[in-house]
Amino acid sequence: MDWTYTLAIILLPLATFLTIGLLDKSMPNKLAGVLGTASIGTAFLLSCYTAYQYFFVHGMVDGAYQKIVAFNMEWLRFTDTLHIDLGVILDPISVMMLMVVTTVSLMVHIYSNGYMHGERGFNKFFSFLSLFSFSMLGLVVATNLFQMYIFWELVGVSSFLLIGYYYEKPSAVAASKKAFITTRFADLGFLIGILLLSWYTGTFDFTELTQTTAIGGLAMAMPMGTSFLGLSIVSWALILIFMGGAGKSAMFPLHIWLPDAMEGPTPVSALIHAATMVVAGVYLVARLFPIYAIAAPDALTVVMWVGAISSLFAAIIACTQYDIKRVLAFSTMSQIGYMMLALGVSQYSEGSNLGFTASMFHLTTHAMFKALLFLGAGSIIHAVHSNSMLDMGGLRKYMPITFVTFGIAWLAICGFPGLSGFFSKDEILVAAMQHNTPVFIIAVIVAGLTAFYMSRLFFSVFFGKNTHYHHTPHESPKTMTIPLMILAFFAVFAGYIPFNEFVTSTGEPFHSHFHWNVAIPVTLIAFIGMGIAFVLYYKESEIPTKVTKALSWVYTTIFHKFYIDEIYLFVTKKILFGIVARFIAWFDRHVIDATMNGFAIVTNYVSVSIKGLQSGQIQKYGLIFLSGAIFFALVFIYLFV
Amino acid sequence: MIQGIELQHILIITTLMFFVGVYGFLVRRNLITILMASELILNSVGINFVVFNKYLYPTAMQGYMFTIFIIAIAAAEAAVAIAIIINVYRRYKTINVENVSEMKY
Repeated sequence: MDWTYTLAIILLPLATFLTIGLLDKSMPNKLAGVLGTASIGTAFLLSCYTAYQYFFVHGMVDGAYQKIVAFNMEWLRFTDTLHIDLGVILDPISVMMLMVVTTVSLMVHIYSNGYMHGERGFNKFFSFLSLFSFSMLGLVVATNLFQMYIFWELVGVSSFLLIGYYYEKPSAVAASKKAFITTRFADLGFLIGILLLSWYTGTFDFTELTQTTAIGGLAMAMPMGTSFLGLSIVSWALILIFMGGAGKSAMFPLHIWLPDAMEGPTPVSALIHAATMVVAGVYLVARLFPIYAIAAPDALTVVMWVGAISSLFAAIIACTQYDIKRVLAFSTMSQIGYMMLALGVSQYSEGSNLGFTASMFHLTTHAMFKALLFLGAGSIIHAVHSNSMLDMGGLRKYMPITFVTFGIAWLAICGFPGLSGFFSKDEILVAAMQHNTPVFIIAVIVAGLTAFYMSRLFFSVFFGKNTHYHHTPHESPKTMTIPLMILAFFAVFAGYIPFNEFVTSTGEPFHSHFHWNVAIPVTLIAFIGMGIAFVLYYKESEIPTKVTKALSWVYTTIFHKFYIDEIYLFVTKKILFGIVARFIAWFDRHVIDATMNGFAIVTNYVSVSIKGLQSGQIQKYGLIFLSGAIFFALVFIYLFV
Repeated sequence: MIQGIELQHILIITTLMFFVGVYGFLVRRNLITILMASELILNSVGINFVVFNKYLYPTAMQGYMFTIFIIAIAAAEAAVAIAIIINVYRRYKTINVENVSEMKY
């Protein structure tokens, strides 16, 4: 089986990016939109074909899905052992991610044709979308850590470009900078982690890195007794790598960029900040999962707790926000925390790797329903021209399609029985229950909170008070509603994909059965959350205001996102800029610059004081020259004659 | 070898020419005159070359060649110098060398 054609999946968006990006204004908007959509559509079809070939025809060898290197090329060679390759690897998670990324990307491309219609820089937007698709697909199929790092930065750049798309708005510019700097800071850890890990393993290659036999040797190969703060070097390497993942996936405490990233156009939020790029961190941990699980269980514990704390933290904040996109952003953060948590409670062995599968399962279903939620929110914003939930209400009458599709996504994320979120969440909860009780309790609380804040959003937007609009909201055009309907289909039925047959940490399918003892109580908790929200927000009522009054300072703290942004500002502005940077600036100005200025001043002083010798009178120069010549002539005559 | 004229006589003439040139170069204020003075210096050296060649090494040719070389250079130098002088005149409406000292620093 020749898999080289998979290269086209990655290169098509790149070609589109170059074409649209270079032609830019000389290309009609319609053509750019169609070209971008067609190219990602082709990539989608190719991914479907690849997935079919991989999962059903060629992938399974000896009862396990194998890693297949479809293409590999040496890109940079430093020494025989140190070289960087670019290539395409196919294994269950990369093929699954190919499907997720191309599906969501295709939907977002179609949707953007309607949403971005008539915007300035329409072509630029599509070229950036293609750039992002290229980078994300390249990240997913990376054969080695370094290729992943390269594309990791590329998705960061495209995210930066797309968040700052409305570059006339200062808030958008600030948000794009914040996103870039925060993730870049996290990537510093990632890079150090890569270097540490590859220093001891001598390879960047995933296939070699994740061989179970090799990992057993890895823990031995780490120099004996080298532990730092009680953790082994390999644990530190993996924790640092996870730091990069946490930055991209907006995990606590590196999450501060995600809510602000909502300044970008809504399709971008749906594609990058809900479905694909932000799960790159989860994907990274999943990619290196055998090492995490076998060589560094401590690092995996860190992953678990960071995931659990982030999911709870974000879910609490989401209950108080009024900006519809910010609620969804915190919800994304919370759900990604869920995925991290699921990875953390998993192990690399027969029978206890449910968490891994659950995490990947939730990643897929979440991508579908969260993209749908964001695109639905975009449709609402398109109609109402505001992001604030306070300006919305009673929209079900005006926007029936958005109402129904958004409703499906809402039920899916709440874990309504039968929809996709129900199954994936259940698997995560089962995995958590089997492994770690405190984490399980957190996960259950988060499930209830999720149901509450999503219902709050849903009821206050589509029901609630009857807002008077300046102009009557209307349903969005077909290009926007069709992707909503397709995604709604996935949001309902993605849960019926038997993930335990396809995506497992070892590649071997296992049997899982439904755990009613977890599903029923958790569903009841979700219903309670939905019920509270129904009481509070279905009709306009005074109760929410009273509740916030009663909990005044708690509410204010949560509303201000636990003041994490303020803490960051304090650390950067007051401590870094105010004390450290001030001292360095003083040193720079008064020591380094002063030395250089000293040279200049001395030179200047000398030249000023001797420049009087220059009269500008050619004849004086001639006289001096002549006197010199005669003087030397006399000297030579005296010496030699 | 020229009948009745000694080498020293000619050398006295060229030395006089040379110092007249130097004097003119240092004392005259008119740029054209300065240029002429520098031509005098060059030509006195040229005569020296010819004379030394003729009197001391009658079979060699290097002295003549050098003289021709000097004449060529003098011609080129005159062309450049006159072009500069014309431009100076256009700019300052004078060719008095004392008034043209703006580029000293």
